[in-house]
Amino acid sequence: MNKRLSWFNVTSLTLGFAFLYLPMLILIIYSFNASKLVTVWAGFSTRWYVELFHDQPFLDAAWVTLKVAVSSSTLATILGTMAAIVMVRMGRFRGRTLFSGMIYAPLVMPDVITGLSLLLLFIAIGLDRGVFTIMLAHTTFSMCYVSVVVSSRLMTFDHSLEEAALDLGASPFESFRLVTLPIILPAVVSGWLLAFTLSLDDLVIASFTTGPSATTLPMKIFSAVRLGVSPEINALSTLMISVVAIGVISASLISKRAIIRQRREEQEGGRA
Amino acid sequence: MAQAKPKIVFDPWNDPKAKPLIECRGITKRFGDFTAIDNIDLNIYEREFFALLGPSGCGKTTLMRMLAGFEAPSEGAITIDGQNVADVPPNKRAVNMMFQSYALFPHLSVWENIAFGLKRERASKERIEERVSEMLRLTRLEKFARRKPHQISGGQRQRVALARSLAKAPKLLLLDEPLGALDKKLRQDTQFELMDIQERTGTTFVIVTHDQEEAMTVASRVAVMNNGVIMQVATPADIYEQPNSVYVADFIGDVNILEGNASPGPDGPENAVQIHYAEGEPPVRAVANAPIAQGSRVSYAIRPEKISVGFEPDPDRANHAQGRVIDIAYLGNVSTYRVELPGGKVISATMTNARRLERRAFTWEDEVWLSWTQTAGIVLES
Repeated sequence: MNKRLSWFNVTSLTLGFAFLYLPMLILIIYSFNASKLVTVWAGFSTRWYVELFHDQPFLDAAWVTLKVAVSSSTLATILGTMAAIVMVRMGRFRGRTLFSGMIYAPLVMPDVITGLSLLLLFIAIGLDRGVFTIMLAHTTFSMCYVSVVVSSRLMTFDHSLEEAALDLGASPFESFRLVTLPIILPAVVSGWLLAFTLSLDDLVIASFTTGPSATTLPMKIFSAVRLGVSPEINALSTLMISVVAIGVISASLISKRAIIRQRREEQEGGRA
Repeated sequence: MAQAKPKIVFDPWNDPKAKPLIECRGITKRFGDFTAIDNIDLNIYEREFFALLGPSGCGKTTLMRMLAGFEAPSEGAITIDGQNVADVPPNKRAVNMMFQSYALFPHLSVWENIAFGLKRERASKERIEERVSEMLRLTRLEKFARRKPHQISGGQRQRVALARSLAKAPKLLLLDEPLGALDKKLRQDTQFELMDIQERTGTTFVIVTHDQEEAMTVASRVAVMNNGVIMQVATPADIYEQPNSVYVADFIGDVNILEGNASPGPDGPENAVQIHYAEGEPPVRAVANAPIAQGSRVSYAIRPEKISVGFEPDPDRANHAQGRVIDIAYLGNVSTYRVELPGGKVISATMTNARRLERRAFTWEDEVWLSWTQTAGIVLES
């Protein structure tokens, strides 16, 4: 294989990354713009960040978003991990393929449909829409991501470890808590981070399932932008990009490190 | 390492008053249409080192997993120490298992691995400390207590698995191919170590293995299994010298099988028979365990080391056959000669190489006489 970068490779790489990140880069740069006019550069300043932190409606929206993200990702992690364990452990039962397909279907379901169907459900059962319904909706769609991440880890999990724990007198729950969970924990944590970031930047489902009392940050931004882009929005978006980036990068680092460690243990096991 | 065994005979299976630690009555296990275990009856006594021996897929691991509680028998009952264990889950059985893969907890240190079972029974801190150090001493792992399983060698890992399964002082220890992952030299050392530990702790061991040499070395009794059925349960010596079927004779060690029609007599001890195994050869004179009917079809099993090779028939031995050496396998301490009889039947005979190789008496294409005694072989009714 040609390891040196040809001009063609360099160009396509540059174009690709530009395509992906140029808009965000411009947004970040303009968030430090001193001018009130978004497109006119008037020197470096952090005034929009300061103003942002004095803007009560934005802070309220941020608080709602955070509450929803933390609770829904935690709930999704618990449910998703349970689903993954059932899928990997139960072996072949009637309807297994259908069941696993149904767990993964929301991955490809358009947000509009998920949002609309959840809205119909909440109306049908007479649930007051607000923070709680957004939280439920986010749990629903992020659960399948957690389940995918955790079940891929469980595929390579040696079942005899659990049997050994049982054999040594641990109850089934103890053997899960003391043996299975610590070993699959990196996958569970990266599943949580993934669910957290998904919840953080969802606009469509939240708009469908919210009520008058709750506005999330993406909704706030979307409605503010319709009245014109202010530099304050740029600052807010930059902060959100950072949070999401940190979440996604740590999720992938955690799972990478776990895979590397597992490989090393297997290698050393094989060599000895 | 193995201490000289006391001269007291250990054979509770011959004592009708002895109560077995494990009783299996009519155990059958089916997986769908497949019958893994077919109506097995088995008694295992306290302090025994019992081996389940058989080729892979014979059901030996399934039987062991039923003792541990990971599988439930489809039919029949297992009693451990007088208690029917049908409804006892694995975590409530006084049985521990050493897994083939060792199944050491990768996130816990050697010390914590060994302490795992003790912590589950809520033992006091002092008790755990004391018991774990005792186990570390027993398996010579004191130096590795703080290491993680991936930081120690395969042999050490094997000993951690053993220490962990012995820590709770189980009534019964199950070992699933415990030495399968070790190389040959280490395996032999570990076999003696296992026997030593078994004697010192007085625990009943049940080992599953496909390695007949391993089973013969370590076990007080061996159960030879095939296709979910126990073919024979006996001491290693009896399994080797008194196999009850062609399968067992063939599975353990090397054997020559001669098939023929039996006729009683003509003289000699009780149950003496003659077996006509080939046209033009004198019949084999043998002694059966029970009277054999005239003309019944039998198999005659004789071990290669019980046949001597010479240029003349040995007058002290009752059976003789003349043939041509077609193959010599030189193994250092012994040589195995493959001798073809005029009718085409090939018989193996093993001779100790008491002399140096260059002074060896026989070579390829030599006409030789095979001789063996009347009681050297076993008559098996087909």
